Amino acid sequence: MRTDNPPHPAARPFLTVEGLTKSYVAGGEPVLDGVNFELDQGEFACIVGHSGCGKTTILNVLAGLESASGGVAIMSGREIAGPSLERGVVFQGHALMPWLSVRKNIAFAVRSKWPDWRDAKVTEQVEKYVEMVGLTHAIDKKPAALSGGMKQRVGIARAFAIQPKMLLLDEPFGALDALTRGTIQDELLRICRETGQTVFMITHDVDEAILLADKILLMSNGPQARVAEVVMNTMSKDRQRATMHHDAQYYAIRNHLVDFLVTRSKDLSHGRAPAKPPHVSPGLAATTPVPEPSAGEPHAHVLRIA
Amino acid sequence: MNHPISLRLRSAILSAAILVVIIAIWHVSTLPTKSSAAALTREQMEYAKLMGKDPQADSAPSAKSSFPTVADMGSVIAKGLAAPFYDNGPNDKGIGLQVAYSLGRVALGFGFAVAFAIPIGFVIGMSPLAYRALDPFIQVLKPISPLAWMPIALYTIKDSSISGIFVIFICSIWPMLTNTAFGVAGVRREWLNVARTLQVRPMRKAIEVILPAAAPTILTGMRISMGIAWLVIVAAEMLVGGTGIGYFVWNEWNNLSLANVIFAILIIGLVGMALDLLFAKAQKVVTYAD
Repeated sequence: MRTDNPPHPAARPFLTVEGLTKSYVAGGEPVLDGVNFELDQGEFACIVGHSGCGKTTILNVLAGLESASGGVAIMSGREIAGPSLERGVVFQGHALMPWLSVRKNIAFAVRSKWPDWRDAKVTEQVEKYVEMVGLTHAIDKKPAALSGGMKQRVGIARAFAIQPKMLLLDEPFGALDALTRGTIQDELLRICRETGQTVFMITHDVDEAILLADKILLMSNGPQARVAEVVMNTMSKDRQRATMHHDAQYYAIRNHLVDFLVTRSKDLSHGRAPAKPPHVSPGLAATTPVPEPSAGEPHAHVLRIA
Repeated sequence: MNHPISLRLRSAILSAAILVVIIAIWHVSTLPTKSSAAALTREQMEYAKLMGKDPQADSAPSAKSSFPTVADMGSVIAKGLAAPFYDNGPNDKGIGLQVAYSLGRVALGFGFAVAFAIPIGFVIGMSPLAYRALDPFIQVLKPISPLAWMPIALYTIKDSSISGIFVIFICSIWPMLTNTAFGVAGVRREWLNVARTLQVRPMRKAIEVILPAAAPTILTGMRISMGIAWLVIVAAEMLVGGTGIGYFVWNEWNNLSLANVIFAILIIGLVGMALDLLFAKAQKVVTYAD
């Protein structure tokens, strides 16, 4: 599904975002000012930050739906200018077309990517990806007949079905209840591990970020927001949602993220964040002293930043 | 529910009862009046004598109501429906044939209006520039009674039948045009973004995304247009003459055959209802639950 040559160290990163700036009002204070980060092939990045800091703007620029006022985003050596079938997008609302069945919604995307494919080939591709998200039983239903979680699964299947080089997810599970969210997170994690998909995902959920991401981009508050810090997720690659919180690194990473969001992010607005975000690994610091698993800590709480 | 009878059945019974009451009132009010000679003034008697009638005679023909009775109506309907498609020259055609002429004109005028209004509506809906540029024209032309176009149509086209079609065309355009523009402009951003990220070509986007998304609104416009077209065709045919259900009404008025006029009115109502139901069905097909 992906190119098999592993990215050798000297190679340029798969995605480079350099000095990305966006202002909606000409001459006004920019929403984003000098966003810098990099993403390697096969990496899963989550971007976390307060509402209104411009996360969705970054995603829209990467998707090609909005153009930046300054700076560039380069994916596999080519500057991103306009939408491309190389990048699949999962929208915040599922954005399924309600007059089409699940099958036809996904077929619409598949036909867009490969207009020359025969019907049988399209059907095969559609059914493969519907099966991947476990919705084969509902393939001929209209979106209105599906639950919120199922709709979002179809949205994910549609984005994967065009086999994009990079997947962009705009807070895809925000509208789902906690149980459904957990199940789909597991599913997404499995699929991404199987396919080695490069993912850029917006989330408000710190635990979601720790579970899914290899790299967590922390955004300072707006205006003039930046990626202030890149937190490397040093937990084992095959971490599971059910057991993740027993890992000693978990609280270290989580506390680091929460501290950033609660206290540090607001001091870094107006472009006070460093231009080149430092890479930090708070999880590694935790492994050296091996602390007792703090019994008093309420663990499975989902912290959501409004 | 405590009621053993369904709402549907109860409403049907009530409807039938109302119909019976209407017919009963009609029957009673058209009963033969005992118009005795005493009711006539001296001048009227004089006039009757002058016309060769005997006002004193008991079997005076004026005893019968001049408005058709329920029985008259029944026989006219039976006769009309028995041979709806006969053609005995320009002034004597079956009602079915006349309705067919009218429906043909409506179909043509409406068809042209669809072919014109939906593409233009698309352009207006997608382009704010086109919207602003065309809006003044639409606002001025929309409130004009379609029949006001008739003289210009007759003068320029010089054919009464095509003029009728033109009038249908001009009156059908506006609801379809405005509704199409409204529907197209209101297509959800997220569906358009899906199409954009999938690099869907403009023509495919128009047909596979915007058209189905706006279809319920467009069909509402078409339904309104069809209602107006059916209203207008009757009036247009009264003016233009020749053929059609509107001309039939006018012709039967000139024949002083009120029973036939009433019969035609009923047919106009039923056909209009059938057309509306047709569009309601079509609306149901394209409506999507979200």
